Amino acid sequence: MSEKNSGEKGDILLEMRDIVIDGYSDDRWHEIIKGVDITLRRGEILGLIGESGAGKSTLGLAAMGYARAGCRITSGSIIFDGMDLMKKSAAEKRALRGTRIAYVAQSAAASFNPAHQLIEQTVEATVRRGIKPEAEARADARKLYRDLQLPNPDTIGERYPHQVSGGQLQRVMTAMAMSARPDLIIFDEPTTALDVTTQVEVLASMRRIVEQFNTAAIYITHDLAVVAQMADFIKVLRYGVTIEDAETRKMLSRPEKEYTRSLWSVRSIDKKEQRSDDIILKVDHIDASYTGSAKVLHDVSIEVPRGSTVAIVGESGSGKSTAARAITGLLPPSSGQILFNGKALPPTLKGRSVDQLQKIQMIYQMADTAMNPRHTVRDIISRPLEFYLGLHGRERDDRLMELVEMIELNESFIDRYPGELSGGQKQRICIARALAADPELIICDEVTSALDQIVQKGILELLLRLQREFNLTYIFITHDIATVKAISDQIVVMFQGRVVEQGMKSEILSPPFPEYTELLLSSVPEMDPDWLTELLKARAEGARATN
Amino acid sequence: MNDKEDIVPSEGAELADQGYSAAAEVGVIKARRTFAQNVWRGLKSAPPTALFGLTVISIYVIFAVFAPLLAPYGEAEIFPMSYAPWSEEFRFGTDQLGRDVMSRLIYGARNTVGIAFVTTLFAFIIGGGLGITAAINNNGWLDNLLSRSVDVLMAIPSLIFALILLSMFGANTLNLIIIIAVLDSTRVFRIARAVSLNVVVMDYVEAARLRGEKMFWILYREILPNIMPPLVAEFGLRFCFVFLTIAALSFLGVGIQPPTADWGSMVRETAGLIQFAEYDFTAAMTPMLPAAAIALLTVAVNFVVDWFLHKSSGLKD
Amino acid sequence: MHPVIRTILQRLGLGLITLFVVSLILFSSIEFLPGDFGEAVLGQAALPETVAAFRKELGLDLPIHERYFDWLGGILTGDMGNSFSGRGSSGGSDRSRPVIELLAPRLANTLFLASMAAIISVPLALFLGITAALYRNSFYDRAVNALTLTTISFPEFFVAYLLILGLSSFTKIFPSLANISPDAEFWERVYLTALPALTLTLVIVAHMMRMTRAAIINLMASPYIEMADLKGASKSEIILRHALPNAWAPIVTVIAFNLAYLVVGVVVVEVVFVYPGVGQLMVDAVTTRDVPVVQGCAMIFAATYILLNLFADIISIITNPRLLHPR
Repeated sequence: MSEKNSGEKGDILLEMRDIVIDGYSDDRWHEIIKGVDITLRRGEILGLIGESGAGKSTLGLAAMGYARAGCRITSGSIIFDGMDLMKKSAAEKRALRGTRIAYVAQSAAASFNPAHQLIEQTVEATVRRGIKPEAEARADARKLYRDLQLPNPDTIGERYPHQVSGGQLQRVMTAMAMSARPDLIIFDEPTTALDVTTQVEVLASMRRIVEQFNTAAIYITHDLAVVAQMADFIKVLRYGVTIEDAETRKMLSRPEKEYTRSLWSVRSIDKKEQRSDDIILKVDHIDASYTGSAKVLHDVSIEVPRGSTVAIVGESGSGKSTAARAITGLLPPSSGQILFNGKALPPTLKGRSVDQLQKIQMIYQMADTAMNPRHTVRDIISRPLEFYLGLHGRERDDRLMELVEMIELNESFIDRYPGELSGGQKQRICIARALAADPELIICDEVTSALDQIVQKGILELLLRLQREFNLTYIFITHDIATVKAISDQIVVMFQGRVVEQGMKSEILSPPFPEYTELLLSSVPEMDPDWLTELLKARAEGARATN
Repeated sequence: MNDKEDIVPSEGAELADQGYSAAAEVGVIKARRTFAQNVWRGLKSAPPTALFGLTVISIYVIFAVFAPLLAPYGEAEIFPMSYAPWSEEFRFGTDQLGRDVMSRLIYGARNTVGIAFVTTLFAFIIGGGLGITAAINNNGWLDNLLSRSVDVLMAIPSLIFALILLSMFGANTLNLIIIIAVLDSTRVFRIARAVSLNVVVMDYVEAARLRGEKMFWILYREILPNIMPPLVAEFGLRFCFVFLTIAALSFLGVGIQPPTADWGSMVRETAGLIQFAEYDFTAAMTPMLPAAAIALLTVAVNFVVDWFLHKSSGLKD
Repeated sequence: MHPVIRTILQRLGLGLITLFVVSLILFSSIEFLPGDFGEAVLGQAALPETVAAFRKELGLDLPIHERYFDWLGGILTGDMGNSFSGRGSSGGSDRSRPVIELLAPRLANTLFLASMAAIISVPLALFLGITAALYRNSFYDRAVNALTLTTISFPEFFVAYLLILGLSSFTKIFPSLANISPDAEFWERVYLTALPALTLTLVIVAHMMRMTRAAIINLMASPYIEMADLKGASKSEIILRHALPNAWAPIVTVIAFNLAYLVVGVVVVEVVFVYPGVGQLMVDAVTTRDVPVVQGCAMIFAATYILLNLFADIISIITNPRLLHPR
């Protein structure tokens, strides 16, 4: 991150004191934010970190004096450029929005009106408030598109939202926010939904433009490495209160509170890799396609040694989840075969015996949809015990208790419904369900991707412990390189339905890299505030060298 | 390792800076209540329209079930005076054949409501069963076949279609039930399929498939419990529609046939009295009574269904 | 070919196929008649030879596909056969009139009635529905909601009789029987048609208003509406610039759906007011098992219904930005 000229940093732009925000759910008002302060100066970027549900979005919106339906700002003061927003009328607050304070939402695709052209929406606020005449605003918008490195900046504005990709939309939304040259922009998880390789470009564009116009920003995210690139100061939220508040470099190198420290501890797990020649699963040159459409897997071969963890890495569209579906029998391959313990597996679900189905289990990414909301924990875990192992009555209940303890929960959880559990607890139940079948191979499909950092660590440690105890084999599908480093023995890199490379973790993660692997690995943000700057410099030099 | 300098304004915040423990994660635990307690809580928070609806429905059900005990005379009992005015003996007078209107009104509750209920039930069994099956097939050949057939059947307005079929097969009660049930099952099919599709794409259904569970188990244990609320609401709405359609057909003369006491036909039979409104107001009210009976029940059911939908969808309207 | 044109052609094709299948169903209504059909029409006094001759005249002894195409050709050229009524037990068809002769004037009447109802109800329902959605949960909204919920629960004949009592019997404003003669003046027609049109309007407005309200509420919950608010757009700007362009499809669908409903509601209303339209004709024909008339009326109703739904589909297509501006 470049050092700012301290002369450009002006006075205090935003001062929020003792903000209390309530949310309405379950027929009652609950406190979401319980007394938080924020101080922001001109040209500064504040990173707001917290788990999902910590209230970061709500707090960010409160900076404009805006409360969503179902929320209310109960008390506190919000002083923006000397004006107390809590005392302003709705019309006065509205006049600020889009012009002096702008908002960049998480989902660009949903935030654009499908019926209007992009450039129209980009300049809408600016033109409506008379800040610039239309022609000038449009010319300025095109210049912003160019600065944000959008393809075809002069014509992209004439397209409609559905004609443009997600990463591009996110940048157009940033241009939209910039159009009126606001004093403050609130970025609400803008890159969370993007692939890691796209994310790099979007982050770079955002940072550049914010610096260019000396705009203050609040950058909300749950990804520490990302916020490290963007923010001058970081504030950590948990359960609606501030845990820690410090300058970026200081927080990264010398965090004070235990919770802050635990936030990036997932990167501290480092499994020693193991080799083995005992292959439990062999995927042998399979092709696969969904009915009537193009092939989604091309000549994919993977070897999984017993007792180890093979991580399949790739971005969206790489085919990693499709490979999992082929292995479980949901998507029969059109050619090639899959061998389990040396014997070929029937390609379809119907063709497989209960025994074969039992040995391979799957755990899903979203635990919310992986469990029937009408079944209790008892029902969910007991079913495989009854179905596969034929256990009933006392035997079954005993085994149920054993499993619950294995996943580090206790018997008070047995009669709960999934809706009453936290994200991490739900995923543990899914793990117990998979274990109940007494499997040999477990496919983990992005099982930690939807969880917060600290919870991820717990789940990964649990999985590793279970692996050691029961000699389980894991196929771990993920897009997160940090997780891969933490738990895998072997890595398979996939891109557009093909295997780019496969090998031991240490080999794959050290150079030289095939081109795609290089791109993928280098795009993953590091905890180093200078990472993005260095990366961009390196890539620019690389591009110059090849020209 | 607790940092006491953290400012902790309210409960739960002590947890804020502790290390991680799975069991200590904050989840929302619902209080456990028995079914009866839940029902009572629901009733207490119901708006007056819903309470009104529930009361009316209960009254109708009582009349339908205890009709023989409550009616002063027989359903088809004929007295020598037709079109008698309202009196002590015949509360609401007699109809064109000399039958007591009040008794027929009470028996009408049993007949009209009963037939409508049975028809709706059939429509649900047929439409619901096929709808869920189509959803499980999810764009397979069976799903497409059923959906296209339903599209064609729904391309003809149902009242017209009912009229055609009744003219073909003759208008009697059994035909009426079968025809309306089949025609209405198309709507039930659509909604059953739509809500089941939402469930069928869930991972827990796929997890059940991967286990090797049989189709029937998946339908009964995974899908059905999750589609009950919208289906229950739809039952109420369909009942209203069926009820009104049967009443309309009977009013037109092609529905429930005499001498069965039925509110729709009763309106038709005594409709001529309306023209005497200025001279004998109560006589003009005679055809309005069964019509109002129909309207009142439908309003009541609609109010209750509206409340139910509002509750089960949360803040959404 | 532009995707919009392609999709429209697909829909048209689908509509034609549906009409075709409907015609098959209607045609086969003759096939499933129970055996004593001939007797039922001609009366029990008819001799067996007469019945046989009747069946021969209907062409029931010809192969089925020939009969179907004869019939279909007839429909398309306006010859729908002759009405069964007017045939004495002698079986002769001298006094039975061609179905088309019976239908044509009544069709004009029904269209007149339906148009009157539509002209009043559509703007009214849209206005009520949109304002109720925008002022959601206000007293106005809840009152309108309760009122329309009540109205849609009433059978049409109940509404009709209430109006007759209120506006005809006691107050003598309108006549309760709509005796329209073919050469009535325009305003006289309007006067005679007022009560039936009013009945229909009340029923339709309630349905349409509720559906419009639901569609608008659904639309207003979209994320891009919130985004417009976050950009500082005023309420009217949000409605006019952001919501409205996306609202055409759902609103037109609602209107078409309800106009199709109008087709059905017309039947009961015509019977109550003895209005000489297609609905009343059909009911009479059903009661007397006058099959050619039933078939003719049914084809008209079905075709109208299908056309209206097709129209709604097409409007949805041409207002869909994804189809208008493909990638």
